[in-house]
Amino acid sequence: MLLRHTTAKEIDRQALTINPAKTCQPVGAMYAALGIHGCLPHSHGSQGCCSYHRSALTRHFKEPVVASTSSFSEGSSVFGGLSNLVSAIETIFSVYDPEVVAVHTTCLSETIGDDMTQIIAKAYEDGKVPDGKKVIYCNTPSYVGTHVTGYSNQVAAFVKHLAVATPKKRNVINLVAGWMEPADMKEIKRLASVMETRTLMFPDMTGVLDAPMTGTYEMYPKGGITLADMATTGDSKFSIGLGKYTTEDACVKMENKCKVPFEVLDIPIGLKATDRFITSLSRHANVPVPDAITEERGKLIDLIADNSKYFYGKRVALWGDPDTLVPLTEFLVSLDMKPVYIVTGTPGKYFDEQMAEILKDIPEAKFKSGERADMFQMHQWIKQEGVDLLIGNTYGKYIARDENVPFVRLGFPVTDRPGFNFFPFTGYTGAANLAIKILEAFLDHKDRTCPEEKFELVL
Amino acid sequence: MEKEIKDKGFNVEELKTFKEKVLSKYPKKVARKRDKAILVNDPDTIPEIQANVRTVPGSITQRGCTYAGCKGVVLGPTRDIINITHGPIGCGFYSWLTRRNQTKPMTEQEENFITYCFSTDMQDSNIVFGGEEKLKQAIREAYELFHPKAIAIFSTCPVGLIGDDVHRVARHMKEEIGEDKINIFGFSCEGYRGVSQSAGHHIANNGLFKNLIGRDDEVRGSLKYRVNLLGEYNIGGDAFELERVFEKCGINLISTFSGNSTIQSFENAHTADLNMVMCHRSINYVAEMMETAFGIPWIKVQPIGAGSTAKMLRKIAEYFGDQELKDKVEEVIADEMVEVEAARLKALAKTKGKTAMLFVGGSRAHHYQDLFEELGMTTLSAGYEFGHRDDYEGRRVIPTIKIDADSRNIEEITVDKDPTRYNPRKTEEELAALDANGMDFTEYEGMMKQMQKGTLVIDDLSHYEMEKLIELYKPDVFCAGIKEKYCVQKMGVPLKQLHSYDYGGPYAGFKGAINFYTDIEMIACTTIWKEVKAPWESEAIVEAEYMYN
Repeated sequence: MLLRHTTAKEIDRQALTINPAKTCQPVGAMYAALGIHGCLPHSHGSQGCCSYHRSALTRHFKEPVVASTSSFSEGSSVFGGLSNLVSAIETIFSVYDPEVVAVHTTCLSETIGDDMTQIIAKAYEDGKVPDGKKVIYCNTPSYVGTHVTGYSNQVAAFVKHLAVATPKKRNVINLVAGWMEPADMKEIKRLASVMETRTLMFPDMTGVLDAPMTGTYEMYPKGGITLADMATTGDSKFSIGLGKYTTEDACVKMENKCKVPFEVLDIPIGLKATDRFITSLSRHANVPVPDAITEERGKLIDLIADNSKYFYGKRVALWGDPDTLVPLTEFLVSLDMKPVYIVTGTPGKYFDEQMAEILKDIPEAKFKSGERADMFQMHQWIKQEGVDLLIGNTYGKYIARDENVPFVRLGFPVTDRPGFNFFPFTGYTGAANLAIKILEAFLDHKDRTCPEEKFELVL
Repeated sequence: MEKEIKDKGFNVEELKTFKEKVLSKYPKKVARKRDKAILVNDPDTIPEIQANVRTVPGSITQRGCTYAGCKGVVLGPTRDIINITHGPIGCGFYSWLTRRNQTKPMTEQEENFITYCFSTDMQDSNIVFGGEEKLKQAIREAYELFHPKAIAIFSTCPVGLIGDDVHRVARHMKEEIGEDKINIFGFSCEGYRGVSQSAGHHIANNGLFKNLIGRDDEVRGSLKYRVNLLGEYNIGGDAFELERVFEKCGINLISTFSGNSTIQSFENAHTADLNMVMCHRSINYVAEMMETAFGIPWIKVQPIGAGSTAKMLRKIAEYFGDQELKDKVEEVIADEMVEVEAARLKALAKTKGKTAMLFVGGSRAHHYQDLFEELGMTTLSAGYEFGHRDDYEGRRVIPTIKIDADSRNIEEITVDKDPTRYNPRKTEEELAALDANGMDFTEYEGMMKQMQKGTLVIDDLSHYEMEKLIELYKPDVFCAGIKEKYCVQKMGVPLKQLHSYDYGGPYAGFKGAINFYTDIEMIACTTIWKEVKAPWESEAIVEAEYMYN
């Protein structure tokens, strides 16, 4: 048994987190920063943070993730990080030549109270920032919120530092992308183009974290929203935020700064969330939904209907980020499955409210968010009542093996399976991919474990 | 040797131009600093390298932090200690199962906490009001849930800044729970200490010595020759292979620091008669302290590469001086080498004449060159991520190393002869005779001695320098870690991760050598690299003609 010490018996924990369902802010900021073309994320703190965050993102995406660090030593921790950051900025522009440096803080620089506005102003004053280049920042103390918060803060910082409102409004919808895979962003952009809408997505990791192999390494691959496009987002006529936790702040800032109204939706995972996205885009872009999209939807319904007996009543445990879990849980319910145990380390009211609503007809369901809403707790629940399926990041594989439960990988980080670059989980096509993954997990499990006389060719 | 490199198409003069090209792009101050960390090697004179100094801010570095070295590297592989990270959630999360430390409890009931991540998950209120009470409560809860024999606490950056005293908390909690029931100890391994993970190793070593080593005098095991292996972390099962080899020779491995380790193996380590240091950088401190306190001599060994493994076994036999052991060792080597040699020759046909570059760790960049040599491959350039000068130039330079402010922050503990248990394993004369015979006690030659003349040695390689190296010299295989892997591969050069072995291994010992040969042959023979360009990118497409007009 890999998790041999996990027992069904719970104690009331007040302080100890075991097997967290979250990580810390800066990794989210680092990820989001890669969605601007020519952007180098910079970690302002000791170099371990940068190393850990790069490693975590690289293991997940299997793609280059570069970021620089202020490399604090004990001296900088006492005297402040000003000189480290100013000299870092000089070195970065000399050697790595980015268009923009996106600085995020760490718990170290936050605790000593580095004033980022002042430090960056000093770098500009000292002529360390070449003309036309930019240095932006966001605060990402690791002891507040989670990696989800860090992502949100970085996206909001794009708006704060880069979006510009001019008198010339444009017939463009901003798509503010929450934490999802590049393939998911690509699928959303595809849907928007099928609908013939003019949109700008930010951050946009397509082409950055799913870049082709060409024999030439590009530190700044072709993808990502350009600084010029990012500036014009302030002139768009509307913003659709995809993911309450990761994009609402950016949308609010955009409205306050540039008077662009907005609506925040769930990430379009599953049938209903995609329906809401398509409806919203159609309404705000003032375009009808083309038949091609209705057809995609119909294919998804067909797939689900044909296989509904495999989904019906199955108990599922889920962990991950609220922006993923809310639409995912809703989708599972629409498959007539029973999401019974759901944890996210990210605290927040929206998750709790949505879960209560989505799960109102599943009285046995338990969900928890915030501190000590961890995978240990979820595993204890599983020990008590059992589940038929696990959906979450790679850390679930230990539970899956111990409990012999089918397991679908989804979320961050997935470090042991490829494919997320190619196959989206958003939109109707993504929902079909997800439904098929679930089916395959069930049917493979059945084939592997059923008695020989029950082994069947046609399922 | 110079000629050999030239024959492979690499001119020594050209290698020198690398440095000029790279330094010209840095700001002046940075260039001056990097100038001392990039050397053209000469194994005869061994030039002085700059190492173990702060990374330039803004540099994209391979390095990690002190916490990563202490909790992640040294204490991470122990299976029956509950390791609680005191800090915000990130540090604990990132060091959770990511280093491939394998472990194998003897029974289903035995403790194994390796798969768990324990953290106090500090929130802003803990930063403002202090986190000691939360830590105490976390320890209570860990004890109530798991009843472990020991709990270790690891400090992260903010803990040091706000002044939480993990050592005091450890003392209090040991009293509260009962000293007879549990051992609790803390590590001040905040990420900002030192200049890399190396500082964390030192701190971990001190903690191991103060809190675990030497607490259990019972002599266990049935085999006559008793040794410890230090600096072996059981990545991908290395320690399992070495345990197998030692057992086959009749050598009792009392403890491995810290691959596949337990509290008991640490506490009992001082009953061994010889310490062997594998990763010198991470653990030489423990070897030194054990020699002073208990009289256990230490030698540097290198069980990476079949030839080096054989050399290690012969050294052990020589040390114990027993003919029976010497014969047994020769028998084992002969037996193991049959399969090794067959595998080597099979791979050699594909790998001979190829080139490699290694930028890993504080010993791996050195050790793996033996394996590449066995495959007929030349290492064109190598360097350490967190090595010190002695790792490059040899232990003899230690007295000349200047201690700077960053190293001075790391606690030095003074060790004395243990009043009751100090027991010299050999007389002075015996030691001198063995030493004269090539045992090289407490000696370590360093990487530069082994590397060819004219090759490049680079400390704390930056991403930019890495790109330039590959651009100029396009090696057949580049060895580094996960952060570098996909950058290098996008350039069309395969990267072999030597921290995680690309999720293969083991690579230590004899079976490990076979695995390595197979894996490098695989890299040499993978054909997809030839398909990077689409056909229409390299040749003109023939204009089509309709068959019927």
